[in-house]
Amino acid sequence: MSTADPDDDVLVRVDNLVKYFPVRSAGLIRRTVGQVQAVDDVSLTIPRGKTLGLVGETGSGKSTLARCVAGLIPVTSGRVTFNGRDITNLSRRAMRPVRREIQMIFQDPYSSLNPRRRVGAIIGDPFVIHKTATGAERKRQVQELMERVGLNPEHYNRFPAEFSGGQRQRIGVARALALRPQLIICDEPVSALDVSIQAQVLNLLSDLQQDYGLSYLFIAHDLEVVRHVSDSVAVMYLGRIGESGPEEAVYTSPRHPYTAALLSAAPAADPDAAASRQRIILTGDVPSPIDPPSGCRFHPRCPKAQPLCGEQEPPLEVKAGDVPTHLTACHFPVQTGENLATAAAATPVAGGSEFS
Amino acid sequence: MSLTGLEAAAGEVAADAPVVEGRSQWQLTWRRLRQDKVAMASLVVIVVIIALAIGAPLFVAITHHPPNVAYPNQGETAAGNPVPPGTAGFWLGTDGTGRDLFIRILYGARISLFVGFVTTAIGTLAGVAVGLIAGYFGGIVDAVLGRFTDAVLAFPYVVLALALAVVLGPSLPVIIGVIAFFSWAAIARIVRGQTLSIKEKEYIEAARSLGAGPFRIMFIDILPNLLAPVLVLATLYIPTAVVFEATLSYLGLGIQPPTASWGDILADAQNFYQVAWWYVVFPAAALLITTLAFNLLGDGIRDAMDPRTERVLAGRRGRGQRRRRPPADTLAMRAEED
Repeated sequence: MSTADPDDDVLVRVDNLVKYFPVRSAGLIRRTVGQVQAVDDVSLTIPRGKTLGLVGETGSGKSTLARCVAGLIPVTSGRVTFNGRDITNLSRRAMRPVRREIQMIFQDPYSSLNPRRRVGAIIGDPFVIHKTATGAERKRQVQELMERVGLNPEHYNRFPAEFSGGQRQRIGVARALALRPQLIICDEPVSALDVSIQAQVLNLLSDLQQDYGLSYLFIAHDLEVVRHVSDSVAVMYLGRIGESGPEEAVYTSPRHPYTAALLSAAPAADPDAAASRQRIILTGDVPSPIDPPSGCRFHPRCPKAQPLCGEQEPPLEVKAGDVPTHLTACHFPVQTGENLATAAAATPVAGGSEFS
Repeated sequence: MSLTGLEAAAGEVAADAPVVEGRSQWQLTWRRLRQDKVAMASLVVIVVIIALAIGAPLFVAITHHPPNVAYPNQGETAAGNPVPPGTAGFWLGTDGTGRDLFIRILYGARISLFVGFVTTAIGTLAGVAVGLIAGYFGGIVDAVLGRFTDAVLAFPYVVLALALAVVLGPSLPVIIGVIAFFSWAAIARIVRGQTLSIKEKEYIEAARSLGAGPFRIMFIDILPNLLAPVLVLATLYIPTAVVFEATLSYLGLGIQPPTASWGDILADAQNFYQVAWWYVVFPAAALLITTLAFNLLGDGIRDAMDPRTERVLAGRRGRGQRRRRPPADTLAMRAEED
């Protein structure tokens, strides 16, 4: 792949991104005794004006990947390209103009706003830091932003504690929007909110996307939320991407057994569909990212695992019958109509009888 | 009511509550502090002491007794002992050389408060700076500053203070320098600890993702969150500095005679305690009341900043039953002090 991206539709391209965190021994001389392989060889693209949903369990490396893309933590290896420009491990100075283009919305509406500062100051920060507006002009722009995200501009002088969770998340959205970025990384922006408030924030995000042509990297563990907002989806497991592709393809015909299991576990809105559906119960816990399993990282928990899975790492590739953008990293992809639940029940493991 | 309606209603409630609007943390703290009788009494006492210290020349004008002038005739008994309070216009009696004790205590208050405030200010600024830098940058910076802080804290400061006072010669700047040198370390350690916990908050990451530099983050984002514990610490440090100054002066290594200082007066008084109780009691009481008032006020401020008392008051119930238990971070602070 060349540095200059020939594809003008792509805003962000992540190539073979690796992020390891060293594990140090306790004591005076802190030797590195291991590595947390938080993100291991991940490649993905975020199309311009679209939303890429990133799904995975806690500890799968979603947030680490997001912080690497945002340039908040240095990457171990690999490359992040933004607008065709390599922004991997730029210095703080060199990163400054890029910061205006990439903003983040955080998970926790409580800890993401400084409790000691007024809302006007919080939303006005981007203007101060990038010296784009001062004085009355800044106040005007901040109040415009507040109005845009559905806050009362008269609350300019309030403290974050005086707002509800949903309102606070709107403050976070306004702050992210202030510099009119091209990409907003949403790190589980609604998982701390009530379901009714979730919908409002999600609708706000999609309105803003239409109005300003924003691109989103949308991280969540709620599959329905991701489905609702995403144009394409990537499923992460233990620092790797197991499956990625257009939202429709991944949700209707998942190829990776992990994706299939996740989808079967998600509560269905339709009770009839829920009754007729068979859940795939995964046994065991997510292995430690310090010492991930050999071969396919999912194989110890996979109902379809074969000896090959533990020996050879499956490449992320197009499987037979899929659209060219639907990629799966699996030696034995799930076939349409295949009943994985039976395979899971047939696997002789304890605690697999929890069907309802 | 639909769920969306609920949120809208919640918004209205927030909008209809002008009581909350624009009330800062400081206003809330002040409101709670005003209800704390002990703290308010302490504040009044402190204000009175400061007023007396500032107005000392006024009392000289009234009594016609300058602080460093001895009155061997009116101010001493035939045996050469101090005269008791009320004698010949000496409101609190005289000292061992026939000087007006009241005036000397007032001038001693000037020295004590000046040393207390100046050393606390220097120590607080230095402590906050060191703590912020160590906590925010971490790594080798933290290791070096942390060991230095530990060294200062571990040092037997009275011994060093005595040594310095002997080597450099006792004088006001030396006293202030010595006390300030030992006052920043405790604050630095607490600020460092708080900084470590605050810098993991998402709003710090948010600031970094906006492109804020380390100093902007330290002073705009972290520092305001530290003001409360720092203010409490500083209030509680003032009496320590006052006592420290008195100690050094008592040992003859602080303020030099004839300049009045509480420690110095007490040192002289011990020769007369059998014949002149007032010579010991009044300066000692002045020292005690001052340190006690600052300590009680500091405790009151700490309680007033306790967010748990805030909740009780916001609910308009149980005003008399608010908790005296400080939050975990101030508990840690106390542990650090001990």
